[in-house]
Amino acid sequence: MASKAVYSQRDPMLKKRDDFEDILEERRNSSDLRYALRCYAPVVYKGLCPSKAGTLKSMVLQSDQLHYVIHQVCRETGRAVDDVQEEVSSILEEMAHRLQLSTVRFFAFTLSKVFKTLFRSICVNEEGIQRLQQAIQEHPVVLLPSHRSYMDFLLMSYLLYTYDLALPVIAAGMDFMGMKFVGEMLRMSGAFFIRRSFGGDKLYWAVFSEYVKTMLKNGFAPVEFFLEGTRSRTSKSLTPKLGLLNIVMDPFFKGEVFDVSLVPVSISYERILEESLYARELLGVPKPKESTSGLIKARKVLSEDYGSIHVYFGQPVSVRSLAEGRVNRCQFNLIPRHIPKKPSEDIHSFVNDSAYRLVRAQEENMVLKPWVLLASLLLQNQVSGQKRGIALDELTEQAVWLRDLSRQYGAFLHWPEHTPPSEVVSSSLSLHRGLVRISEGRVQLALGQRGPAAPGEPRSAVTPEEELLSQAVIILSCASYRNQALHVFLRPALLASAIHTASSNKKQEVFNSFSFLRNMFSNEFILCPGATVQDFEEACYLLVKTGALQVTQQDVLVTERGHRTLVFLTSMLDPFLQGYQVVCRFLCEEATEALTEKQFIPAVRKFIIKHLLAGRLRYTEVLSSDLQKNSLAALLRLGAVRKIKGAEQGTLKVNTVMVNSLEDTLGGKLPTQKAVIARL
Amino acid sequence: MASNSSGGSSDRQRIAQQRLRIIAGHLQRPVDGDSAILAAECKAQGSKPDTSREEKTVPRRRQEIMKWNGWGYSDSRFLFNKKGQAEFTGKRYRLSGMIIPGLKDWFECTFGASLQHKTPATPLLNSSAVQPPTLNEAFVEELKSTGIPFSQDAEDRVFRAHGHCLHEIFALREGKFGRVPDMVVWPNCHNDVVKIVELASKHNVCLIPYGGGTSVSSALECPPEETRSIVSLDTSQMNRILWVDEKNLTAHVEAGIVGQDLERLLNESGYCTGHEPDSMEFSSLGGWVATRASGMKKNIYGNIEDLVVHIKMVTPQGVIEKSCQGPRMSTGPDIHHFIMGSEGTLGVVTEVTMKIRPMPEYQKYGSVVFPNFEQGVACLREVARQRCAPASIRLMDNEQFKFGHALKPQVSSIFTSFLDGLKKFYITKFKGFDPNRLCVATLLFEGDREKVLQHEKQVYDIAAKFGGLAAGEDNGQRGYMLTFVIAYLRDLGMDYYVIGESFETSVPWDRVLDICRNVKARIVRECKERGVQFPPLSTCRVTQTYDAGACVYFYFAFNYRGLSDPVHVYEQVEHAAREEILANGGSLSHHHGVGKLRKEWMRETVSNVGMGMLKSVKDYVDPNNIFGNRNLL
Repeated sequence: MASKAVYSQRDPMLKKRDDFEDILEERRNSSDLRYALRCYAPVVYKGLCPSKAGTLKSMVLQSDQLHYVIHQVCRETGRAVDDVQEEVSSILEEMAHRLQLSTVRFFAFTLSKVFKTLFRSICVNEEGIQRLQQAIQEHPVVLLPSHRSYMDFLLMSYLLYTYDLALPVIAAGMDFMGMKFVGEMLRMSGAFFIRRSFGGDKLYWAVFSEYVKTMLKNGFAPVEFFLEGTRSRTSKSLTPKLGLLNIVMDPFFKGEVFDVSLVPVSISYERILEESLYARELLGVPKPKESTSGLIKARKVLSEDYGSIHVYFGQPVSVRSLAEGRVNRCQFNLIPRHIPKKPSEDIHSFVNDSAYRLVRAQEENMVLKPWVLLASLLLQNQVSGQKRGIALDELTEQAVWLRDLSRQYGAFLHWPEHTPPSEVVSSSLSLHRGLVRISEGRVQLALGQRGPAAPGEPRSAVTPEEELLSQAVIILSCASYRNQALHVFLRPALLASAIHTASSNKKQEVFNSFSFLRNMFSNEFILCPGATVQDFEEACYLLVKTGALQVTQQDVLVTERGHRTLVFLTSMLDPFLQGYQVVCRFLCEEATEALTEKQFIPAVRKFIIKHLLAGRLRYTEVLSSDLQKNSLAALLRLGAVRKIKGAEQGTLKVNTVMVNSLEDTLGGKLPTQKAVIARL
Repeated sequence: MASNSSGGSSDRQRIAQQRLRIIAGHLQRPVDGDSAILAAECKAQGSKPDTSREEKTVPRRRQEIMKWNGWGYSDSRFLFNKKGQAEFTGKRYRLSGMIIPGLKDWFECTFGASLQHKTPATPLLNSSAVQPPTLNEAFVEELKSTGIPFSQDAEDRVFRAHGHCLHEIFALREGKFGRVPDMVVWPNCHNDVVKIVELASKHNVCLIPYGGGTSVSSALECPPEETRSIVSLDTSQMNRILWVDEKNLTAHVEAGIVGQDLERLLNESGYCTGHEPDSMEFSSLGGWVATRASGMKKNIYGNIEDLVVHIKMVTPQGVIEKSCQGPRMSTGPDIHHFIMGSEGTLGVVTEVTMKIRPMPEYQKYGSVVFPNFEQGVACLREVARQRCAPASIRLMDNEQFKFGHALKPQVSSIFTSFLDGLKKFYITKFKGFDPNRLCVATLLFEGDREKVLQHEKQVYDIAAKFGGLAAGEDNGQRGYMLTFVIAYLRDLGMDYYVIGESFETSVPWDRVLDICRNVKARIVRECKERGVQFPPLSTCRVTQTYDAGACVYFYFAFNYRGLSDPVHVYEQVEHAAREEILANGGSLSHHHGVGKLRKEWMRETVSNVGMGMLKSVKDYVDPNNIFGNRNLL
């Protein structure tokens, strides 16, 4: 029952959220060593069969599932059973965690030190912790934190240790294992490692899924993984990956456990450690391979102030209640349960829907800082009149306006209650002084380290392209903060843009437009599949509630005072609209026969840089490879671009007519109806 | 009590007596045969009922010896005496007349019930609350001319309007009656039934066959929408063994005979059928056939479908039977399988030829304690794999073990109680079994003595591999006794705000543990969500083993104080539990049948085509729905 409440509130304002406690406060006042060595006796799952990491492995090796797949592989490849078995053992060896309390204590000690220097506070909702504690005893628990930083999983384990809760086992990407010593340390603190891609490897999949299921079913420990699959470089939630979710739900479908509790956890950073790293990565500077020495170099971050972290443990979601009336478990009755089977259509769509709901739950409980609003405003006000930036007092006024708006939209905003707005604004700005500059009472993004070069002064060796990229780093960093608030404004913004592009005020037409945009952007944002009507209604409801819109039986009308809101909302979505258009234009103009998927990003980037430098494009943000990838994915999904399988790996075939019409529709030059037809 | 089934000397004595009986049976056979032939001649006149066969259990007026609003014999019931101790009245059972000291505490602790809070039943049947009968005068007139006894008495009718589902008994205790049959007829033989069915067809009267009345599937409920006159056809007077064929080891029996009579009469000539469902005191042969019943000792004797050689059934289209008694035939789909499980929707089973066996020379109970349920199930699975299951093997979970413990009668000697204490100490302290996790399997071995002992060793050896410890014959025997008295216990519970019921399923081996855990958990959760104030008793046992799976029995009861509509809550929980069973790969029913209670799941159970097959059989055999109890389909 409770789990359903997470999703179904009509009015987000009515949502009651828990209060936070700062756990660093106690760390600052008592001994870290004593803390690390204290008695740790967590409550455990009531159905727990106590087992060590080693026995776990042998349980996996002896499972029917694995036996079946091993023999299948032998039959298919003609390899000897022993040989395959050996491979299985080594896969498992490579994968398995070796959770050790002593390592955890070591981390508890060092992380206490590190956290205290990096962060002002780490705030946790203790009611969420209590709910989790309850859930752990009753059913196997899966922790689903959001993923914005490397910090996330260390932080999670640290928190659970702090609250005397069972330490999780964490699915981590294999790239960590490259970090010699650290990889092993992580292993001993509960991480198990999975290869990034093992699509066709039946054996690997079998070992992996059996390993996770065994831990889950035994109640060995909560299983933790990231629904988004990887760290979001943009601070937007990523389209959820279904593999692991499928695995942890499977024991429920097959009746092997009574229920599984999924606990979405939202971790919000006031300042992300990897801030500019991500921006560089999005701009095409490849991410440095994780290495121990890299980590040590990262030490300089220790001297900076990263503000506070908020961790919100959401309502546990029962898989059983999610599945009620949606999944017919009888479908598993006719085949022995140990024989691996591709999930049926209905299971797949159920898992997919659940994944979206969970990511939405993560989003909704993300704590937003005032800076997030400021970043949104600054990005929209880079140029006003002749002057760059925006006056400080005007920024403050706008921020207050936006604060109220976002609260009405149900944002989980942490705006200090009893501080004057101007102080809130200036302290936010000072924390992010790497990104903004205040001069002559005006606030602007810190673009160009030296400021605009005086005429005549030699521009040194910096090419315009390099300068553009260095500005883009700042803008993308800033955009990543704005993105934290996107989920709050997304639905109203889609509606605002739909009103903007629709050719009339007819409700049906606005809806068509809305539905088109929503469809177009469903790789970009978290939009639950099949929820177009609900989203439209929610958007109308919010805009009507705030007096920005009047919706009658037939028409959708913008009110006088709604103008400001709608301008803000459309501007929020504008970079994305323009980005998608430019990608379309690129595909129409420049795509050759031989364009492969691999070449796509560099080629489109070059195209965009050219346009930016020529002043034909407004938003530097469009340089984000994330946006480019998403738009390609959308076009592929819509069938405007097809991937040719065969000799040339991943050659892209562009349907120019369709891409063209999509571009026009995005630009409002073509009514939606036509685009829909063109798509068909 | 301790010495009558065990101990070498008494055994020898018993066997000797048995042999004597068998021999005597042989000597008497011609006489028996004569009487059987005599009996077979239909004495439909029935003017002097029951005087000639006092040995038969079931009189026409059942209410003379049985409760009208509860389980079993009127003289046998549990009650809390003035001292607050539980006792079991009457003289019929081993437990009769005994004090059961542990029951009160168990009852109060398990259910949160209190002896202060009573919910007594309406003591007397108020005939005026029963709807007056809707009679089909033409049918009644013609029936009168046949001389077949019938009745329109309210008590007779009410008695045949229900089985033993919770909601049925609950309503009776409150003195509420829904639609009841309009009259009751007591055919005396096959030909009587033929006449009745002909008349019913002719006058469009609805017939509902009634055997022992122990149904727990709402099968006997009169469909409220039925507008025709409903006639309950009580087979209880068709209760003779017509012949025994020792060469082929078969007996031809009228279908109205109840289990205990059948066994007793056969035992007199040294035979048995070995078919012992828990309800065998009251359930009838015809009922077993109509519901596909299963007996406790099916491992040796088989279930009803294995025991039946020939069936005669009267349908509106005429009599259906096979032309010979061949042990197996390849003659298209077995028509017996249209009859078995038809639940009274096609006709009345009148006579059955059944396999019989010589009575076993030796019987021995046993029990094994396991550290936990998982080990117990693993052991049963291994026993089934090796196909060495004793006549009966059942595994109770921890809650049921405690329940069984609470039913221990007062011990007569200090020595026994000392011994019990020692046993307990050995198991929990010395062997380290957790008293809140351990569970017990009860065993029954049958056969000749040597083989039984050999068999016993084999089973105990397997048990030992799974951590099982032999725990004595007494525990085993008490476990089986429990099945006969548990239905009486429900009546006791209902005197104190506690309602409950059992239901069953069959499930593949690999799912046994999962289904037990999930269904029990579902029950607990549903109770909580539906506002039950006290934690329910939710327990199970594995009662039968097969090559490919097992039969699992769930007991479920709760204290309903504070609920406005406890029966509705109960039904919702049971419904949810059944959904859980199906979702976990369990069957709709192992042997209780479908009736009207589980009808809604039939289609998904047998598929659309299967449903169509069954429907078309019904449409051919009974186009006018004379057998209109509306079970199954």
